[in-house]
Amino acid sequence: MRFMMIVKATADSENGKPPSPELFEAMMKYNEELAKAGVLLAADGLHPSSNAIRISYPEPGGKPKVIDGPFTEAKELIAGYTLIEVKSREEAIEWAMRMPDPHGNGEGRIELRQVFEAPELTEDPSMLVSHAKLTEEMKRRGRS
Amino acid sequence: MTESASRLAIEAVWRIESAKLIAGLTRMVRDVGLAEDLAQDALVIALEKWPVTGIPDKPGAWLMTAAKRRALDLLRRDKLRDRKYEEVGRSAELYTEDELNGEASGEIGDDLLRLIFMTCHPILSREGRVALTLRLLGGLTTDEIARAFIVPEPTIAQRIVRAKRTLREARAAFEETPAGPELKERLEAVLEVIYLMFNEGYAATSGENWTRPLLCQEALRLGRILAEVAPLEPEAHGLAALMEFQASRLKTRVGPAGEPILLADQNRSLWDRLLIRRGLAALERARSLGRPLGPYALQAAIAACHAEAPSSEETNWMRIAALYEALSRVMPSPIVELNRAVAIGMAFGPAFALELVEQLESEPALQDYHLLPSVKGDFLYKLGRIEEAGAAFEAAAAMARNEQERDLLLRRAAACRSAE
Repeated sequence: MRFMMIVKATADSENGKPPSPELFEAMMKYNEELAKAGVLLAADGLHPSSNAIRISYPEPGGKPKVIDGPFTEAKELIAGYTLIEVKSREEAIEWAMRMPDPHGNGEGRIELRQVFEAPELTEDPSMLVSHAKLTEEMKRRGRS
Repeated sequence: MTESASRLAIEAVWRIESAKLIAGLTRMVRDVGLAEDLAQDALVIALEKWPVTGIPDKPGAWLMTAAKRRALDLLRRDKLRDRKYEEVGRSAELYTEDELNGEASGEIGDDLLRLIFMTCHPILSREGRVALTLRLLGGLTTDEIARAFIVPEPTIAQRIVRAKRTLREARAAFEETPAGPELKERLEAVLEVIYLMFNEGYAATSGENWTRPLLCQEALRLGRILAEVAPLEPEAHGLAALMEFQASRLKTRVGPAGEPILLADQNRSLWDRLLIRRGLAALERARSLGRPLGPYALQAAIAACHAEAPSSEETNWMRIAALYEALSRVMPSPIVELNRAVAIGMAFGPAFALELVEQLESEPALQDYHLLPSVKGDFLYKLGRIEEAGAAFEAAAAMARNEQERDLLLRRAAACRSAE
């Protein structure tokens, strides 16, 4: 099962302020731990939204609207992500709990999200059931 | 937290900590069986306490302390009766808290590497090595291992008990990391166990299941761990790369009804780009060590050619043929020759390749190998010799041990018959 640990942006990360050396080291150590446990798939940090663009479709079927960054709502933005491959949701939670506070100034927020995967890659029966339900639901919607 | 929820959370901690715990304890008590018992005892205590107290901040250190206390208890109680615990007491005092808590991460890597070398020790049977590695490094239960191999649980339990006993009797239960000329041989044994595990999951040799995900996942994880704890060994990265590439195609190699889909017919847009990227990075690490590529890295290099090709036709088959040539030099084998023939057929046409395959027909090692007539059938078909192709596919089907593969070959044979 794959999970993405998403580190949310803060005013500092949006201003391009690098993490403190202590935090940087703690993050490196954490990534090394993930790698030595054989669960790390990818980890990346993102540039501030000042050089980002946002594409939206305000009109159904209409042309996309493109807005240049920076975007104001820092809390809703993403500063980085770590992708892990684990055996259970609980294992993912345990790893997420071990991630160092990503900002250290009271603003640190991590979101743990599961990645969709083909059902044959997982043997977890509850996952198979939820996947089957979702497929069913999508079929039902496709017909109506 | 409900009881089952906290149990799942504790199992997750166990999954993360057990290998490090057993590796560290084995360093202390010099007996892997005893180390596992102590770790299990610590788990039992955790299962009792954590649902009430919550999971501690440093669960690994907590388990290590509990296991060490348990060891000292046993030492006091059984001092005269069982001398093996004396060693525990003596060595337990030698280690500082930091070491016990695994703060020095280099040490954790060394402990894990020693443990892998031990569970893959050549004095053990192959089956024993696989079972013990899954149990101690993978943290799997005997039940999970049994289900993965589709054998009864007591069989696996017995393999593990026997393996631990063999290690103890040979006093190999916790030796130093092998070095020098021994290292190469021992590393080969480790790589072999992991790849065996992966292949067992990737293409079950018998039975109805074409892939067994748990074994593939575990092998891949162990391969990734090995590459981290033995970063200077090109073949560790080679094996990791090879498995990343093969795993990138897992989703596409079986159809909805469980039927196998050949490489040429797979939907390449569904290949896992992330795993391919990881495979390429691991292969690069193997190359950057500046030593000649071994069999795993060469096979990974071949897999990389496929991974980077937009279609079967646009694959660099000449490069693949050359890599098989290199592979046959470091790992001479009729199966490698057969694969080289396939690549040559794709690069230069079926006529010359068919000759190569026919030369291999007298190879004793390939007498029962279904892929030989299967490949021959393929070349014959391309040369328009449809009737002979059909016969070759039928012969291949009769040898195939996997039901799904047999069905595929029979379908190809039937297609030839109806085309005649």
